[in-house]
Amino acid sequence: MYQFSGKLKTFSIALIILGVIGTAFSFYSGSKLTLTDAKHAIEASNNDGHGGSHDDSHETKNHHQTESTHQNSTTHSADAHELDTHAAHEEHVLHQMQNRPWSAFYVALFFSLGLTLLVLAFYAIQRVAQVGWSVVILRVMEAITANLLPVSIIMALVIIASVMHLNHLFPWMKEGTFDPTSPNYDAIVDGKSWWINATGFLIRSLVYLLLWNVYRFYIRKNSIKEDTANDGNKTYKKNYNASVIFLFVFMITETMMSWDWIMGLDPHWFSTLFGWYVLSTLLVTALTVIAFFTIYFKGKGVLPNVNESHIHDLAKFMFGFSVFWSYLWFSQFMLIWYADIPEETTYFVARFTDYKTPFLAMIVMNFVFPVLLLINSDFKSKPWFVFIGGFVILAGHYIDVFIMIMPGTVGAQWAFGIPELSAIFFFIGLLIYTTLHAFSKANPIPEGNPFLEESKHFQYFNVENTGEGSTDHH
Amino acid sequence: MEASKVIHAFYTDDEVLLDAVKTVKAAHHHVEEVFCPFPVHGLDKAMGLAPTRLAITAFMYGITGLAVAIWLTNYIMIEDWPQDIGGKPSFSWMENMPAFVPIMFELTVFFAAHLMVITFYMRSRIWPFKDAENPDPRTTDDHFLMEIPVNNNEEELTFLLANTGAVEINIVDKH
Repeated sequence: MYQFSGKLKTFSIALIILGVIGTAFSFYSGSKLTLTDAKHAIEASNNDGHGGSHDDSHETKNHHQTESTHQNSTTHSADAHELDTHAAHEEHVLHQMQNRPWSAFYVALFFSLGLTLLVLAFYAIQRVAQVGWSVVILRVMEAITANLLPVSIIMALVIIASVMHLNHLFPWMKEGTFDPTSPNYDAIVDGKSWWINATGFLIRSLVYLLLWNVYRFYIRKNSIKEDTANDGNKTYKKNYNASVIFLFVFMITETMMSWDWIMGLDPHWFSTLFGWYVLSTLLVTALTVIAFFTIYFKGKGVLPNVNESHIHDLAKFMFGFSVFWSYLWFSQFMLIWYADIPEETTYFVARFTDYKTPFLAMIVMNFVFPVLLLINSDFKSKPWFVFIGGFVILAGHYIDVFIMIMPGTVGAQWAFGIPELSAIFFFIGLLIYTTLHAFSKANPIPEGNPFLEESKHFQYFNVENTGEGSTDHH
Repeated sequence: MEASKVIHAFYTDDEVLLDAVKTVKAAHHHVEEVFCPFPVHGLDKAMGLAPTRLAITAFMYGITGLAVAIWLTNYIMIEDWPQDIGGKPSFSWMENMPAFVPIMFELTVFFAAHLMVITFYMRSRIWPFKDAENPDPRTTDDHFLMEIPVNNNEEELTFLLANTGAVEINIVDKH
């Protein structure tokens, strides 16, 4: 059995508290924002004086263009209209600035929820595929999915808060979007109102969260039951069937979840590939997190049967799905870039103008780096290399989620500071706490799994496992 | 050149063969060659063969293919005749880069795969109309054959091999 070390418990709780304080602070300072602050932000970007604002000149240019076209076509006096558009622009920027603490929290929340969910899906895949090698780390995956319940609750709260108009995360929730008499009326979004509406959104979101948590609750309980069941693998087969059903439900809910929670932030834009793209980014992250915890537990000596070949296989998955992510990311980008249809291209124009550095850095971190580092078979079985590669992959995919969410909510007003860092701290602390706590509650070795013996003796042909004699395998 | 003698030990099971190879290596005899009808996992390690470097060559061939693709697209589409084709930006290679990625990928894979296969054929000396170097046709069906050079120690070797479960031991002249 694993003993949750006091040091790590303190560490994770400290991270959580630090995150809560930082988040509370950023919400407090966010609530203090006024139109004057927005004015200052616009002036600062016009002056182009500060770091990262080279992108903002574009925004300003666009703004002037709309201004001049408006002037030509209106009967208002030019001065009065200019004041109007300025006021509208200031209000727009203020909303973006007010969104920042929410978005910063939402990015980390979605990232944490997504990676936990994908660990659960990967775990279900291991059961359905009756995988031999990974049985000795099934309990690690199970422990990580303990994070699902708390983050689901937080997600549900954020969604309820959004529906209650406590934030401006989702532009389509603005008052009057579906009302033709309102100045906020948006005919395009109104055309999609059979899907994008607050009631449907709320119900769907809660159903996804509920379904995932039901499987997680069931499989955890029955997996522990498996250890002592001794009933001719009846429990094992039940778990198999539950996992088959879950994977079916998961693929549908995951796709819809990506429409609701991410694509809904840019309600004018749509992409068919999006569900897979979100899936791939979360899957790479999930595998990296599994590898990290496996390496940690192996180092602590609680996973005596995990050898270099298991690490090698995890790293191979990280490598393979990094390439899969790159493939989907590029497919989405290149198809839109090539055809350059305006209503689709705006998505990448916003990202390429305001988010150029993270956008390009992400491709290096998520594609070039893992490919070059993890292509070598010898490196893949070395925990140190997997750790370095994994760290870059985690950071890179955080940036990926950041770039998915931020342009739709804060636009050019993005920054990386206290709100973002505190949210990351909070969810890392939560993940560490829930995982280690759950891992200490069950036998680290799933004794009842019929593939356990195979997994214990797993060896990839060109990896030399330490602590094994030459007679262990041929 | 003086005709040297080799000993041919036949086995009918890959596990027995593996143990025999280990025994022979433990007795410090050189295993010249092992003929098998199918790949036996761990045989290369038991014989002490150096790991293959084929993957490294493939990586370098892949980089070559990538370089060829970059040069090709840059020379043709940007330098030689930069036309406006459907509004694609042909001012610099980078600006039109996404359009070149499919061919860059394919040429990388093409070079890596084909040159690696040709390398494999050359290093393994396999080509059409090559005379088969098979000492006994049974080794392509259900027998394994271990070949050990003899240096005036026929009896010792025969005795050693007989104890390893060999079903047939022949001493043959090798030219």
